[in-house]
Amino acid sequence: MGGLHNLLKTFFDVEDMMSVFPTLITVGLWNTLQLSVLAMLFAVICGLMLSLVLVSRSWFIRMPAFLYVDLFRGLPAILTILLVGQGLPIAGIAPFGRSPYPYAIMAIGLIQAAYFGEIFRSGIQSLDRSQMLAARSVGMTRRQAMWLIIIPQAVRNVLPASMNQFIIIVKETSLVYLLGLFTFQRELFSIAQDHAANVGNLSALVAAGIIYCAITVPLTHLVNYVDHRLREGPTLARQGEQAMAESGADGSGWALESKAGRAER
Amino acid sequence: MPRDETGKVLGGDRAANAAGEAACAIEIRNLYKSFGHVSVLKDVSLSQRRGEVICLIGPSGCGKSTLLRCINGLEMPTKGHVFVEGQDLTSPQTDIDAVRARVGMVFQSFNLFPHMNVLNNVSIALRHVKKLSRKQADEIASARLRDVGLAGKERARPAQLSGGQQQRVAIARSLAMDPAIMLFDEATSALDPELVKGILAIMRELAVSGMTMVVVTHEMRFAREVADRVAFLDHGAIVEIGPPAAIFDNPQTPRLQEFLAQVL
Repeated sequence: MGGLHNLLKTFFDVEDMMSVFPTLITVGLWNTLQLSVLAMLFAVICGLMLSLVLVSRSWFIRMPAFLYVDLFRGLPAILTILLVGQGLPIAGIAPFGRSPYPYAIMAIGLIQAAYFGEIFRSGIQSLDRSQMLAARSVGMTRRQAMWLIIIPQAVRNVLPASMNQFIIIVKETSLVYLLGLFTFQRELFSIAQDHAANVGNLSALVAAGIIYCAITVPLTHLVNYVDHRLREGPTLARQGEQAMAESGADGSGWALESKAGRAER
Repeated sequence: MPRDETGKVLGGDRAANAAGEAACAIEIRNLYKSFGHVSVLKDVSLSQRRGEVICLIGPSGCGKSTLLRCINGLEMPTKGHVFVEGQDLTSPQTDIDAVRARVGMVFQSFNLFPHMNVLNNVSIALRHVKKLSRKQADEIASARLRDVGLAGKERARPAQLSGGQQQRVAIARSLAMDPAIMLFDEATSALDPELVKGILAIMRELAVSGMTMVVVTHEMRFAREVADRVAFLDHGAIVEIGPPAAIFDNPQTPRLQEFLAQVL
Protein backbone atom coordinates (compact mmCIF):
# COMPACT_ATOMS: atom_id res chain seq x y z
CA MET A 1 0.00 0.00 0.00
CA GLY A 2 2.88 2.34 0.80
CA GLY A 3 4.27 2.03 -2.74
CA LEU A 4 0.97 2.84 -4.38
CA HIS A 5 0.41 5.73 -2.03
CA ASN A 6 3.85 7.07 -2.90
CA LEU A 7 3.11 6.75 -6.58
CA LEU A 8 -0.19 8.60 -6.29
CA LYS A 9 1.35 11.26 -4.12
CA THR A 10 4.21 11.84 -6.56
CA PHE A 11 2.19 12.09 -9.78
CA PHE A 12 -1.46 12.49 -8.87
CA ASP A 13 -1.61 14.72 -5.79
CA VAL A 14 -5.13 16.01 -6.37
CA GLU A 15 -4.81 18.85 -3.89
CA ASP A 16 -1.63 20.06 -5.54
CA MET A 17 -3.17 19.75 -8.98
CA MET A 18 -6.21 21.77 -7.93
CA SER A 19 -3.98 24.54 -6.63
CA VAL A 20 -2.14 24.93 -9.95
CA PHE A 21 -5.10 24.29 -12.24
CA PRO A 22 -6.54 27.84 -12.25
CA THR A 23 -3.22 29.32 -13.37
CA LEU A 24 -2.71 26.57 -15.94
CA ILE A 25 -6.10 27.29 -17.46
CA THR A 26 -6.25 31.08 -17.28
CA VAL A 27 -2.62 31.86 -18.12
CA GLY A 28 -0.96 28.73 -19.47
CA LEU A 29 -3.64 27.36 -21.75
CA TRP A 30 -4.26 30.75 -23.33
CA ASN A 31 -0.56 31.33 -23.98
CA THR A 32 -0.02 27.83 -25.34
CA LEU A 33 -2.97 28.20 -27.71
CA GLN A 34 -1.77 31.61 -28.82
CA LEU A 35 1.70 30.30 -29.59
CA SER A 36 0.34 27.18 -31.29
CA VAL A 37 -2.19 28.87 -33.54
CA LEU A 38 0.22 31.57 -34.69
CA ALA A 39 3.03 29.05 -35.27
CA MET A 40 0.61 26.86 -37.24
CA LEU A 41 -0.46 29.78 -39.41
CA PHE A 42 3.17 30.75 -40.00
CA ALA A 43 4.11 27.15 -40.81
CA VAL A 44 1.16 26.44 -43.12
CA ILE A 45 1.49 29.66 -45.11
CA CYS A 46 5.26 29.40 -45.48
CA GLY A 47 5.00 25.67 -46.11
CA LEU A 48 2.52 26.22 -48.91
CA MET A 49 4.76 28.81 -50.56
CA LEU A 50 7.69 26.48 -50.11
CA SER A 51 5.82 23.60 -51.73
CA LEU A 52 5.09 25.73 -54.81
CA VAL A 53 8.82 26.29 -55.14
CA LEU A 54 9.47 22.59 -54.54
CA VAL A 55 7.27 21.62 -57.51
CA SER A 56 8.77 24.25 -59.79
CA ARG A 57 9.84 22.98 -63.17
CA SER A 58 13.22 24.69 -62.88
CA TRP A 59 15.98 22.91 -61.01
CA PHE A 60 17.61 26.24 -60.07
CA ILE A 61 14.45 27.42 -58.33
CA ARG A 62 13.82 24.08 -56.62
CA MET A 63 17.34 23.73 -55.25
CA PRO A 64 17.27 26.41 -52.51
CA ALA A 65 13.92 25.10 -51.31
CA PHE A 66 15.30 21.58 -50.99
CA LEU A 67 18.26 22.96 -49.03
CA TYR A 68 15.88 24.82 -46.72
CA VAL A 69 13.88 21.66 -46.06
CA ASP A 70 16.99 19.60 -45.39
CA LEU A 71 18.39 22.22 -43.02
CA PHE A 72 15.31 22.88 -40.87
CA ARG A 73 14.26 19.24 -40.74
CA GLY A 74 17.79 18.28 -39.85
CA LEU A 75 18.27 20.57 -36.85
CA PRO A 76 16.91 19.80 -33.37
CA ALA A 77 14.03 22.17 -32.54
CA ILE A 78 15.70 23.27 -29.34
CA LEU A 79 18.75 24.43 -31.29
CA THR A 80 16.76 26.37 -33.89
CA ILE A 81 14.66 28.05 -31.21
CA LEU A 82 17.73 29.16 -29.31
CA LEU A 83 19.51 30.35 -32.44
CA VAL A 84 16.48 32.36 -33.60
CA GLY A 85 15.07 33.45 -30.24
CA GLN A 86 18.30 34.33 -28.46
CA GLY A 87 20.62 34.75 -31.39
CA LEU A 88 18.70 37.24 -33.51
CA PRO A 89 18.17 39.87 -30.76
CA ILE A 90 21.79 39.46 -29.65
CA ALA A 91 22.94 39.98 -33.23
CA GLY A 92 20.94 43.20 -33.28
CA ILE A 93 18.16 41.81 -35.44
CA ALA A 94 15.13 42.40 -33.24
CA PRO A 95 12.18 43.21 -35.47
CA PHE A 96 9.74 42.02 -32.79
CA GLY A 97 11.27 43.85 -29.82
CA ARG A 98 12.01 42.01 -26.60
CA SER A 99 9.08 39.68 -26.18
CA PRO A 100 10.21 36.07 -26.74
CA TYR A 101 6.87 35.08 -28.27
CA PRO A 102 7.33 36.31 -31.85
CA TYR A 103 10.77 34.71 -31.99
CA ALA A 104 9.47 31.40 -30.71
CA ILE A 105 6.57 31.53 -33.19
CA MET A 106 8.97 32.32 -35.99
CA ALA A 107 11.40 29.58 -35.02
CA ILE A 108 8.71 26.90 -34.72
CA GLY A 109 7.07 28.24 -37.87
CA LEU A 110 10.34 28.00 -39.81
CA ILE A 111 10.97 24.46 -38.62
CA GLN A 112 7.44 23.30 -39.35
CA ALA A 113 7.32 25.12 -42.70
CA ALA A 114 9.96 22.66 -43.86
CA TYR A 115 7.70 19.74 -42.92
CA PHE A 116 4.58 21.37 -44.38
CA GLY A 117 6.48 22.19 -47.56
CA GLU A 118 7.21 18.50 -48.03
CA ILE A 119 3.66 17.51 -47.06
CA PHE A 120 2.06 19.92 -49.54
CA ARG A 121 4.57 18.95 -52.22
CA SER A 122 3.59 15.31 -51.92
CA GLY A 123 -0.08 16.34 -51.92
CA ILE A 124 0.33 18.31 -55.13
CA GLN A 125 2.38 15.63 -56.85
CA SER A 126 -0.01 12.85 -55.83
CA LEU A 127 -2.76 14.49 -57.88
CA ASP A 128 -3.34 13.03 -61.28
CA ARG A 129 -1.91 15.21 -64.06
CA SER A 130 -5.33 15.04 -65.71
CA GLN A 131 -6.64 17.65 -63.26
CA MET A 132 -4.05 20.11 -64.52
CA LEU A 133 -4.87 19.21 -68.14
CA ALA A 134 -8.60 19.72 -67.54
CA ALA A 135 -8.02 23.07 -65.87
CA ARG A 136 -5.73 24.25 -68.65
CA SER A 137 -8.15 23.00 -71.31
CA VAL A 138 -10.82 25.46 -70.18
CA GLY A 139 -8.36 28.31 -70.53
CA MET A 140 -6.95 28.66 -67.03
CA THR A 141 -3.36 29.82 -66.67
CA ARG A 142 -0.97 27.55 -64.81
CA ARG A 143 -1.26 29.83 -61.80
CA GLN A 144 -5.07 29.77 -61.82
CA ALA A 145 -5.07 26.00 -62.25
CA MET A 146 -2.73 25.70 -59.28
CA TRP A 147 -4.73 27.87 -56.90
CA LEU A 148 -8.26 26.95 -57.98
CA ILE A 149 -7.91 23.27 -58.83
CA ILE A 150 -4.69 21.68 -57.61
CA ILE A 151 -4.01 23.29 -54.24
CA PRO A 152 -7.54 22.91 -52.79
CA GLN A 153 -7.39 19.20 -53.56
CA ALA A 154 -3.81 18.84 -52.37
CA VAL A 155 -4.64 20.53 -49.05
CA ARG A 156 -7.52 18.15 -48.53
CA ASN A 157 -5.39 15.14 -49.38
CA VAL A 158 -2.75 16.04 -46.84
CA LEU A 159 -5.07 16.94 -43.96
CA PRO A 160 -4.36 13.73 -42.03
CA ALA A 161 -0.60 14.18 -42.45
CA SER A 162 -0.90 17.83 -41.37
CA MET A 163 -2.67 16.75 -38.21
CA ASN A 164 0.49 15.09 -36.92
CA GLN A 165 2.36 18.31 -37.55
CA PHE A 166 -0.26 20.39 -35.72
CA ILE A 167 0.11 18.16 -32.69
CA ILE A 168 3.88 18.45 -32.80
CA ILE A 169 3.55 22.24 -32.97
CA VAL A 170 1.36 22.34 -29.84
CA LYS A 171 4.00 20.35 -27.99
CA GLU A 172 6.98 22.27 -29.40
CA THR A 173 5.58 25.56 -28.08
CA SER A 174 6.71 24.41 -24.62
CA LEU A 175 10.27 25.12 -25.74
CA VAL A 176 9.54 28.85 -25.56
CA TYR A 177 10.54 28.61 -21.87
CA LEU A 178 14.17 28.50 -23.09
CA LEU A 179 13.91 32.14 -24.10
CA GLY A 180 12.99 33.36 -20.61
CA LEU A 181 9.44 34.30 -19.74
CA PHE A 182 7.77 36.85 -17.47
CA THR A 183 5.15 35.40 -15.12
CA PHE A 184 2.26 36.38 -17.37
CA GLN A 185 4.00 34.95 -20.44
CA ARG A 186 4.36 31.44 -19.08
CA GLU A 187 2.61 28.68 -20.99
CA LEU A 188 1.40 25.30 -19.75
CA PHE A 189 4.77 23.65 -19.36
CA SER A 190 6.65 26.46 -17.69
CA ILE A 191 3.86 27.10 -15.17
CA ALA A 192 3.81 23.42 -14.28
CA GLN A 193 7.58 23.26 -14.09
CA ASP A 194 7.80 26.33 -11.82
CA HIS A 195 5.08 24.96 -9.60
CA ALA A 196 6.68 21.53 -9.41
CA ALA A 197 10.03 23.07 -8.48
CA ASN A 198 8.42 25.21 -5.78
CA VAL A 199 6.41 22.50 -4.03
CA GLY A 200 8.71 19.57 -4.79
CA ASN A 201 5.94 17.52 -6.38
CA LEU A 202 5.48 16.52 -10.01
CA SER A 203 1.67 16.48 -10.05
CA ALA A 204 1.55 19.91 -11.68
CA LEU A 205 3.40 18.50 -14.70
CA VAL A 206 0.88 15.68 -14.92
CA ALA A 207 -1.90 18.29 -14.79
CA ALA A 208 -0.23 20.16 -17.66
CA GLY A 209 0.07 16.89 -19.55
CA ILE A 210 -3.67 16.29 -19.17
CA ILE A 211 -4.36 19.70 -20.67
CA TYR A 212 -1.94 19.07 -23.56
CA CYS A 213 -3.85 15.89 -24.35
CA ALA A 214 -7.13 17.77 -24.03
CA ILE A 215 -5.88 19.98 -26.89
CA THR A 216 -4.23 17.41 -29.12
CA VAL A 217 -6.70 14.52 -28.94
CA PRO A 218 -9.75 16.57 -30.01
CA LEU A 219 -7.54 18.06 -32.74
CA THR A 220 -7.15 14.59 -34.20
CA HIS A 221 -10.88 14.08 -34.27
CA LEU A 222 -11.57 17.55 -35.61
CA VAL A 223 -9.25 16.94 -38.55
CA ASN A 224 -10.84 13.56 -39.21
CA TYR A 225 -14.25 15.21 -39.20
CA VAL A 226 -13.21 18.01 -41.55
CA ASP A 227 -11.49 15.49 -43.79
CA HIS A 228 -14.63 13.40 -44.00
CA ARG A 229 -16.83 16.39 -44.65
CA LEU A 230 -14.63 17.74 -47.42
CA ARG A 231 -14.42 14.33 -49.04
CA GLU A 232 -18.14 13.66 -49.04
CA GLY A 233 -19.41 17.19 -49.50
CA PRO A 234 -21.92 18.80 -47.15
CA THR A 235 -24.89 18.00 -49.36
CA LEU A 236 -24.32 14.29 -49.75
CA ALA A 237 -27.23 13.17 -47.65
CA ARG A 238 -29.68 15.54 -49.30
CA GLN A 239 -28.51 14.65 -52.81
CA GLY A 240 -28.77 10.96 -52.05
CA GLU A 241 -32.38 11.38 -51.03
CA GLN A 242 -33.11 13.41 -54.13
CA ALA A 243 -31.63 10.81 -56.40
CA MET A 244 -33.77 8.15 -54.79
CA ALA A 245 -36.90 10.27 -55.06
CA GLU A 246 -36.36 11.08 -58.72
CA SER A 247 -35.58 7.45 -59.42
CA GLY A 248 -34.24 8.10 -62.84
CA ALA A 249 -36.78 10.58 -64.12
CA ASP A 250 -34.90 13.78 -64.86
CA GLY A 251 -37.21 14.58 -67.72
CA SER A 252 -34.51 15.04 -70.31
CA GLY A 253 -35.00 11.94 -72.35
CA TRP A 254 -31.59 10.67 -71.18
CA ALA A 255 -32.96 9.49 -67.92
CA LEU A 256 -31.15 6.18 -67.89
CA GLU A 257 -28.35 7.17 -65.63
CA SER A 258 -29.63 8.48 -62.35
CA LYS A 259 -28.22 6.57 -59.44
CA ALA A 260 -31.52 5.04 -58.50
CA GLY A 261 -32.14 4.04 -62.08
CA ARG A 262 -28.83 2.25 -62.19
CA ALA A 263 -29.43 0.48 -58.95
CA GLU A 264 -32.70 -0.94 -60.23
CA ARG A 265 -30.98 -2.59 -63.13
CA MET B 1 -29.34 23.90 -88.07
CA PRO B 2 -29.00 20.60 -89.90
CA ARG B 3 -26.67 20.70 -92.81
CA ASP B 4 -27.32 19.39 -96.24
CA GLU B 5 -25.87 15.92 -96.50
CA THR B 6 -24.22 16.17 -99.90
CA GLY B 7 -23.16 19.74 -99.33
CA LYS B 8 -21.15 18.97 -96.26
CA VAL B 9 -19.46 15.88 -97.58
CA LEU B 10 -18.51 17.23 -100.98
CA GLY B 11 -18.06 20.82 -99.91
CA GLY B 12 -15.59 20.02 -97.18
CA ASP B 13 -12.29 19.95 -98.97
CA ARG B 14 -13.32 22.20 -101.78
CA ALA B 15 -14.48 25.03 -99.55
CA ALA B 16 -11.32 24.83 -97.48
CA ASN B 17 -9.12 24.96 -100.57
CA ALA B 18 -10.98 27.85 -102.13
CA ALA B 19 -11.22 30.13 -99.14
CA GLY B 20 -7.76 29.29 -97.80
CA GLU B 21 -6.69 29.84 -94.22
CA ALA B 22 -9.50 32.13 -93.13
CA ALA B 23 -12.09 29.42 -93.56
CA CYS B 24 -9.99 26.95 -91.60
CA ALA B 25 -10.90 26.35 -88.00
CA ILE B 26 -7.86 24.16 -87.64
CA GLU B 27 -4.85 23.86 -89.87
CA ILE B 28 -2.06 21.46 -89.06
CA ARG B 29 1.09 21.69 -91.14
CA ASN B 30 3.82 19.05 -91.13
CA LEU B 31 3.36 18.30 -87.46
CA TYR B 32 5.95 16.16 -85.70
CA LYS B 33 5.77 15.19 -82.06
CA SER B 34 8.13 13.00 -80.12
CA PHE B 35 8.47 12.19 -76.44
CA GLY B 36 12.17 11.71 -75.86
CA HIS B 37 13.27 9.28 -78.54
CA VAL B 38 9.79 7.99 -79.23
CA SER B 39 8.29 9.70 -82.20
CA VAL B 40 4.51 9.76 -81.86
CA LEU B 41 3.41 11.93 -84.79
CA LYS B 42 5.23 12.06 -88.10
CA ASP B 43 4.49 14.75 -90.63
CA VAL B 44 0.77 15.14 -90.03
CA SER B 45 -1.03 17.74 -92.08
CA LEU B 46 -4.74 18.40 -91.88
CA SER B 47 -7.03 21.32 -92.47
CA GLN B 48 -10.51 21.53 -91.13
CA ARG B 49 -13.07 24.08 -92.17
CA ARG B 50 -15.51 25.66 -89.74
CA GLY B 51 -18.42 23.47 -88.83
CA GLU B 52 -16.71 20.34 -90.06
CA VAL B 53 -16.71 17.18 -87.98
CA ILE B 54 -13.61 15.03 -88.30
CA CYS B 55 -13.36 11.66 -86.60
CA LEU B 56 -9.92 10.25 -85.88
CA ILE B 57 -9.80 6.47 -85.85
CA GLY B 58 -6.93 4.05 -85.55
CA PRO B 59 -5.35 1.46 -83.28
CA SER B 60 -4.39 2.45 -79.75
CA GLY B 61 -1.05 4.16 -79.54
CA CYS B 62 -1.29 5.45 -83.09
CA GLY B 63 -1.10 9.09 -81.94
CA LYS B 64 -4.78 10.10 -82.10
CA SER B 65 -4.89 11.54 -78.60
CA THR B 66 -1.54 13.28 -78.97
CA LEU B 67 -2.74 14.89 -82.19
CA LEU B 68 -5.85 16.08 -80.37
CA ARG B 69 -3.77 17.54 -77.55
CA CYS B 70 -1.60 19.38 -80.02
CA ILE B 71 -4.70 21.18 -81.27
CA ASN B 72 -5.28 22.94 -77.93
CA GLY B 73 -1.66 23.21 -76.95
CA LEU B 74 -1.77 20.68 -74.13
CA GLU B 75 1.13 19.16 -76.06
CA MET B 76 3.57 21.32 -77.95
CA PRO B 77 4.66 20.03 -81.37
CA THR B 78 8.29 19.08 -81.73
CA LYS B 79 8.20 20.46 -85.27
CA GLY B 80 5.58 21.96 -87.55
CA HIS B 81 2.70 24.33 -87.04
CA VAL B 82 -0.82 24.20 -85.64
CA PHE B 83 -3.15 27.05 -86.52
CA VAL B 84 -6.39 27.44 -84.60
CA GLU B 85 -8.65 30.07 -86.14
CA GLY B 86 -5.61 31.47 -87.89
CA GLN B 87 -3.49 31.71 -84.74
CA ASP B 88 -0.24 29.77 -84.71
CA LEU B 89 -0.06 27.81 -81.44
CA THR B 90 3.66 27.25 -81.89
CA SER B 91 4.39 30.96 -82.04
CA PRO B 92 5.63 32.39 -78.73
CA GLN B 93 3.49 35.48 -79.32
CA THR B 94 0.27 33.48 -79.18
CA ASP B 95 -1.64 33.64 -75.90
CA ILE B 96 -2.19 29.93 -75.63
CA ASP B 97 -4.53 30.23 -72.64
CA ALA B 98 -6.82 32.47 -74.68
CA VAL B 99 -6.82 29.92 -77.49
CA ARG B 100 -7.64 27.11 -75.07
CA ALA B 101 -10.59 29.07 -73.75
CA ARG B 102 -12.02 28.85 -77.28
CA VAL B 103 -11.28 25.17 -77.76
CA GLY B 104 -13.31 22.84 -75.58
CA MET B 105 -11.96 19.44 -74.68
CA VAL B 106 -13.74 16.38 -73.34
CA PHE B 107 -11.56 13.67 -71.83
CA GLN B 108 -11.97 9.93 -71.68
CA SER B 109 -11.91 9.95 -67.88
CA PHE B 110 -14.11 13.08 -67.53
CA ASN B 111 -11.52 14.90 -65.37
CA LEU B 112 -14.12 16.82 -63.40
CA PHE B 113 -12.93 18.82 -60.41
CA PRO B 114 -13.93 16.54 -57.53
CA HIS B 115 -13.77 19.24 -54.85
CA MET B 116 -16.49 21.35 -56.46
CA ASN B 117 -20.15 20.76 -57.04
CA VAL B 118 -21.45 20.33 -60.56
CA LEU B 119 -22.46 23.97 -61.00
CA ASN B 120 -19.03 25.23 -59.95
CA ASN B 121 -17.32 22.73 -62.21
CA VAL B 122 -19.08 24.39 -65.11
CA SER B 123 -18.94 27.99 -63.93
CA ILE B 124 -15.42 28.27 -62.53
CA ALA B 125 -13.74 29.00 -65.86
CA LEU B 126 -16.47 31.50 -66.71
CA ARG B 127 -15.71 33.37 -63.52
CA HIS B 128 -11.93 33.17 -63.58
CA VAL B 129 -11.10 33.03 -67.28
CA LYS B 130 -13.96 35.03 -68.76
CA LYS B 131 -14.20 37.16 -65.61
CA LEU B 132 -17.99 37.00 -65.46
CA SER B 133 -19.82 37.74 -62.23
CA ARG B 134 -20.92 34.75 -60.21
CA LYS B 135 -24.53 35.43 -61.13
CA GLN B 136 -23.88 35.58 -64.87
CA ALA B 137 -21.60 32.56 -64.71
CA ASP B 138 -24.13 30.50 -62.76
CA GLU B 139 -26.86 31.40 -65.23
CA ILE B 140 -24.81 30.23 -68.19
CA ALA B 141 -23.66 27.14 -66.30
CA SER B 142 -27.24 26.21 -65.37
CA ALA B 143 -28.34 26.67 -68.96
CA ARG B 144 -25.57 24.40 -70.28
CA LEU B 145 -26.37 21.80 -67.63
CA ARG B 146 -29.98 21.92 -68.77
CA ASP B 147 -28.81 21.41 -72.36
CA VAL B 148 -27.07 18.17 -71.43
CA GLY B 149 -30.02 16.95 -69.38
CA LEU B 150 -28.67 17.61 -65.90
CA ALA B 151 -31.08 20.25 -64.60
CA GLY B 152 -31.47 19.79 -60.86
CA LYS B 153 -28.00 18.27 -60.36
CA GLU B 154 -26.25 21.61 -59.78
CA ARG B 155 -25.45 20.93 -56.14
CA ALA B 156 -24.29 17.35 -56.57
CA ARG B 157 -20.65 16.40 -56.30
CA PRO B 158 -19.07 14.63 -59.29
CA ALA B 159 -18.53 11.51 -57.17
CA GLN B 160 -22.29 11.23 -56.68
CA LEU B 161 -22.96 11.03 -60.41
CA SER B 162 -22.81 8.12 -62.81
CA GLY B 163 -20.10 8.06 -65.48
CA GLY B 164 -22.55 9.22 -68.11
CA GLN B 165 -23.68 12.12 -65.97
CA GLN B 166 -20.08 13.07 -65.21
CA GLN B 167 -19.26 13.13 -68.90
CA ARG B 168 -22.28 15.38 -69.48
CA VAL B 169 -20.96 17.77 -66.86
CA ALA B 170 -17.61 17.73 -68.65
CA ILE B 171 -19.33 18.54 -71.94
CA ALA B 172 -21.33 21.33 -70.27
CA ARG B 173 -18.10 22.66 -68.75
CA SER B 174 -16.56 22.96 -72.21
CA LEU B 175 -19.68 24.31 -73.89
CA ALA B 176 -20.12 26.99 -71.23
CA MET B 177 -16.99 28.70 -72.56
CA ASP B 178 -18.78 29.09 -75.90
CA PRO B 179 -16.01 27.33 -77.80
CA ALA B 180 -15.39 27.58 -81.52
CA ILE B 181 -14.05 24.05 -81.60
CA MET B 182 -14.76 20.97 -79.52
CA LEU B 183 -12.27 18.14 -79.10
CA PHE B 184 -13.43 14.74 -77.87
CA ASP B 185 -10.81 12.29 -76.65
CA GLU B 186 -12.53 8.90 -76.58
CA ALA B 187 -15.37 10.49 -74.67
CA THR B 188 -17.37 7.29 -74.37
CA SER B 189 -14.58 4.75 -73.84
CA ALA B 190 -14.77 4.79 -70.06
CA LEU B 191 -18.55 4.48 -69.91
CA ASP B 192 -20.74 1.48 -69.25
CA PRO B 193 -22.25 0.38 -72.57
CA GLU B 194 -25.76 1.48 -71.64
CA LEU B 195 -24.56 5.04 -70.95
CA VAL B 196 -22.72 5.50 -74.24
CA LYS B 197 -25.82 6.26 -76.28
CA GLY B 198 -26.78 9.36 -74.31
CA ILE B 199 -23.33 10.91 -74.71
CA LEU B 200 -23.22 10.12 -78.42
CA ALA B 201 -26.65 11.71 -78.78
CA ILE B 202 -25.36 14.93 -77.28
CA MET B 203 -22.31 14.87 -79.54
CA ARG B 204 -24.50 14.22 -82.55
CA GLU B 205 -26.72 17.16 -81.64
CA LEU B 206 -23.66 19.37 -81.30
CA ALA B 207 -22.43 18.29 -84.72
CA VAL B 208 -25.79 19.02 -86.28
CA SER B 209 -25.82 22.47 -84.68
CA GLY B 210 -22.70 23.30 -86.70
CA MET B 211 -19.96 22.89 -84.10
CA THR B 212 -16.46 22.29 -85.42
CA MET B 213 -15.44 19.00 -83.86
CA VAL B 214 -12.49 16.65 -83.79
CA VAL B 215 -13.55 13.34 -82.33
CA VAL B 216 -11.16 10.57 -81.38
CA THR B 217 -13.42 7.55 -81.18
CA HIS B 218 -13.76 3.82 -81.34
CA GLU B 219 -17.48 4.17 -82.14
CA MET B 220 -17.36 3.37 -85.85
CA ARG B 221 -21.08 3.79 -86.32
CA PHE B 222 -20.91 7.28 -84.86
CA ALA B 223 -17.98 8.13 -87.14
CA ARG B 224 -19.83 6.85 -90.17
CA GLU B 225 -23.06 8.69 -89.39
CA VAL B 226 -21.82 11.97 -87.97
CA ALA B 227 -18.39 12.71 -89.40
CA ASP B 228 -17.88 14.82 -92.50
CA ARG B 229 -14.49 13.23 -92.87
CA VAL B 230 -12.81 10.33 -91.17
CA ALA B 231 -9.05 10.19 -90.75
CA PHE B 232 -7.32 6.87 -90.16
CA LEU B 233 -4.07 7.19 -88.21
CA ASP B 234 -1.47 4.50 -87.86
CA HIS B 235 2.04 4.77 -86.46
CA GLY B 236 1.73 8.53 -86.08
CA ALA B 237 0.68 9.36 -89.60
CA ILE B 238 -2.61 9.92 -91.39
CA VAL B 239 -2.84 6.90 -93.63
CA GLU B 240 -6.21 7.65 -95.19
CA ILE B 241 -8.65 10.52 -94.92
CA GLY B 242 -11.96 11.07 -96.63
CA PRO B 243 -15.72 10.96 -96.34
CA PRO B 244 -16.97 8.14 -94.10
CA ALA B 245 -18.40 6.23 -97.03
CA ALA B 246 -15.02 6.12 -98.75
CA ILE B 247 -13.16 5.17 -95.59
CA PHE B 248 -15.52 2.47 -94.38
CA ASP B 249 -16.83 1.04 -97.64
CA ASN B 250 -13.85 1.45 -99.89
CA PRO B 251 -10.63 1.45 -97.85
CA GLN B 252 -7.60 1.83 -100.12
CA THR B 253 -4.71 0.74 -97.93
CA PRO B 254 -4.14 -2.73 -96.51
CA ARG B 255 -3.58 -1.23 -93.08
CA LEU B 256 -7.01 0.39 -92.98
CA GLN B 257 -8.60 -2.75 -94.41
CA GLU B 258 -6.96 -4.76 -91.66
CA PHE B 259 -8.02 -2.30 -88.97
CA LEU B 260 -11.63 -2.24 -90.14
CA ALA B 261 -11.70 -6.02 -90.33
CA GLN B 262 -10.73 -6.10 -86.67
CA VAL B 263 -13.15 -3.48 -85.34
CA LEU B 264 -16.24 -3.91 -87.46
